[in-house]
Amino acid sequence: MDTLAVRARGISKCFGDVVALDGVDLDVPQGQIHGLVGPNGAGKTTLLGLLLGLAVADTGTLDILGTPLGRAPAAPDGVAGFVDGPGLYPSLTARQNLAALAALRGSDARTAGIDDVLAQVGLTDVADDRARGFSLGMRQRLGLAAALLTRPRLLVLDEPSNGLDPAGKRHVHRVLDRLAAEGTAVVLSSHRMDDVEALCSEVTILATGRVVFSGPLTKLAAENRELEYRVLTSDPAAAREVAAGADGVALVESAARSRHGADAFVVRALVPAMDDLVAALVRAGIAVRELAPVVSPLEAAFLALTEQQEAGR
Amino acid sequence: MTATATPAAGEGNVVTPAAATRPVSVARGYRFEVVKLVSQWRIRLLVLACWIVPGLFVAAVSRQSTLPSDTLFGRWMHATGWAGPLVVLGFSGSWALPLLTSVVAGDVFAAEDRLGTWRHLLVAVRSPRRIFAAKALASLTVILLLVVGLAASGIVGGLLSVGDHALVGLDGHLLAPSDAAGDVLLAWTAALAPTLALAAIGLLGSVSLGRSPMGLLLPALVALAMQLAQMLPLPVALRMALPGYAFISWNGLFTDPGQLRPLLIGVAVSLVWAVVATALAYLLFVRRDFTNAQHDSTARRAVTTGLIPLAVLVAATFAIVAAATPSMGSGITKPKLQRSVATAFAHLYRMQTRQLNRPAVTEAQLRVSAACTKGDDDSATQGAGNDWRCVVTWHLPGVEAAGTAIYQLDVTSDGRYVADGDGPKEVNGYFLVRTPQGDAPNPLWQFDGNVELLSTSQKG
Repeated sequence: MDTLAVRARGISKCFGDVVALDGVDLDVPQGQIHGLVGPNGAGKTTLLGLLLGLAVADTGTLDILGTPLGRAPAAPDGVAGFVDGPGLYPSLTARQNLAALAALRGSDARTAGIDDVLAQVGLTDVADDRARGFSLGMRQRLGLAAALLTRPRLLVLDEPSNGLDPAGKRHVHRVLDRLAAEGTAVVLSSHRMDDVEALCSEVTILATGRVVFSGPLTKLAAENRELEYRVLTSDPAAAREVAAGADGVALVESAARSRHGADAFVVRALVPAMDDLVAALVRAGIAVRELAPVVSPLEAAFLALTEQQEAGR
Repeated sequence: MTATATPAAGEGNVVTPAAATRPVSVARGYRFEVVKLVSQWRIRLLVLACWIVPGLFVAAVSRQSTLPSDTLFGRWMHATGWAGPLVVLGFSGSWALPLLTSVVAGDVFAAEDRLGTWRHLLVAVRSPRRIFAAKALASLTVILLLVVGLAASGIVGGLLSVGDHALVGLDGHLLAPSDAAGDVLLAWTAALAPTLALAAIGLLGSVSLGRSPMGLLLPALVALAMQLAQMLPLPVALRMALPGYAFISWNGLFTDPGQLRPLLIGVAVSLVWAVVATALAYLLFVRRDFTNAQHDSTARRAVTTGLIPLAVLVAATFAIVAAATPSMGSGITKPKLQRSVATAFAHLYRMQTRQLNRPAVTEAQLRVSAACTKGDDDSATQGAGNDWRCVVTWHLPGVEAAGTAIYQLDVTSDGRYVADGDGPKEVNGYFLVRTPQGDAPNPLWQFDGNVELLSTSQKG
């Protein structure tokens, strides 16, 4: 039995004539990393803002960590995170930023675990540098450290991977995985589908303020949807002939060929048709050296669902 | 797919035990804001400058042969250390305090817009009301620190460089060092009221105009507009309805009897402005939508919630002051000016007598009177201008004939004037007299005075 960190029912929010959220439902159990994806203007930041208590919904109910949010914007204890980038004060060092925040929450800077959270996000070496000189990735990591300082039970992050180098991304992923394992619910938005796939067990796709999908990534991948696959074989010419004759498989001849290399080709098919194609290639004595979706199942679903929603407007 | 795939409530999920919503206390928020303000280099530099520069300025000018005699009390900087802080106060009321409040209060909210930290702050503090209180208190603290620095530095600089001597008031009477000290401190305290009003206007600008430079400059622009207004021939009631009038009306502390009514009205008006502007800023702030990134400069709301109420406040204050006092004219009349010039001349004549080692006389023996005319028009009896001419007459014990001296007066709209001796030169010409602090110009040669724009009051 899961306990819910977030329970939203029929949330709507308008800014003047603009409908930012339209009847959104969302459940996030504790210990889950939940991805929020959608095109620009889909309402992701507005929804994250509501979770952080920065505003109140016009209609609907929202329970955060078991507390129904009232009409005054304020999140309960245990909620941390940021939207539109972390809030840092450039005239303070990384350590001073965290110490000021710890003092604000009534903690002693010496015992608040500042060094620990700095180490977790890999900023120990620059702890005493002013935030003014930090890169976007360093700012993101310091924002995460600031959120960790409050020992959150619900962590809300808007594009946490923005500007991160591979090492920084590894730090962030490691921290989020550990938090989730310890029971913290994480809701994050991202345009990086690889990040969402690497981190999230469930995802909600928003388009024009509405939920167009919400559920496990495995469910999304199992949707009956054609994907493009890049195929690299030991005999490209023969393989291409086999693919051309296979049922349910369409060769994609385009600029993709030059992009994917002369030895590779791209086909579009459902998963069962791809299974048949691989079997046919092996039967023909052609070794399959590489087979991978050109775009991830999540990205493909995202594009299909959001385009469908846009077309339906 | 347009429906959510999550199970509805009651289908296996249970809600976690409720967490409390506990906003951060104002005290902690205040400390946080003070830390942020003090961490800014420009604030540190301002604090340093306010605590050092006035003292150095007063000390340096007091050692010059030429004094800033066009500034109120500037001509007495050689005579006493208490003149320096008043020169600093005059400059501060015109320039320093409006600019300082702009930099501190005018930026305290806008800085969060510029840095993009509003959401961070809201998540951390969880109460816009407490954020407002903390920011307002923190900016007030820094402004007080700056004002105290200006005053303390000017006083220390004056006392160390010139000494603790008697100060010549605006009606020529001598204030003992202890009285001068008290009045200087009172004058600086009175200047806090319009400073608070400007700070509140700064908060309003900072909240309503966001990162726009207009928000930062609002207190300075308002102060400049008020200075310009004070130079115009406005009715006294309107002059006093402006929140900056207390930057001028502290002059009344340095006459005997003191001109306290304009000072008290000025202070009260400034405090009302401070309260109203702060309340408007608060209302604007707590209604702000922090999820809307475009919300930081809603010009229409700034006008309707910010400027219109302040304009109404000016009109209301004007009406109240006009109803309470007969003050629809310029306040500068021939009888008031004659009385003021005669009083100042009598006091300064006694000072000159002492400095020239002549037999002492009293004001009663001198029986000084003045007859003033304005320009070539004998019927003109009121208003500011540099075309006032006064003939002063006095008597000496045992001397049959009355003495006379002529002064040309430059009277400004706020009631201040400079009297310039126009003969006879043995009385009010330029010559040096010996004083305990060294040679000084003849005190009757040129002197500053002040006409009370309202009717005369008694010093409390």
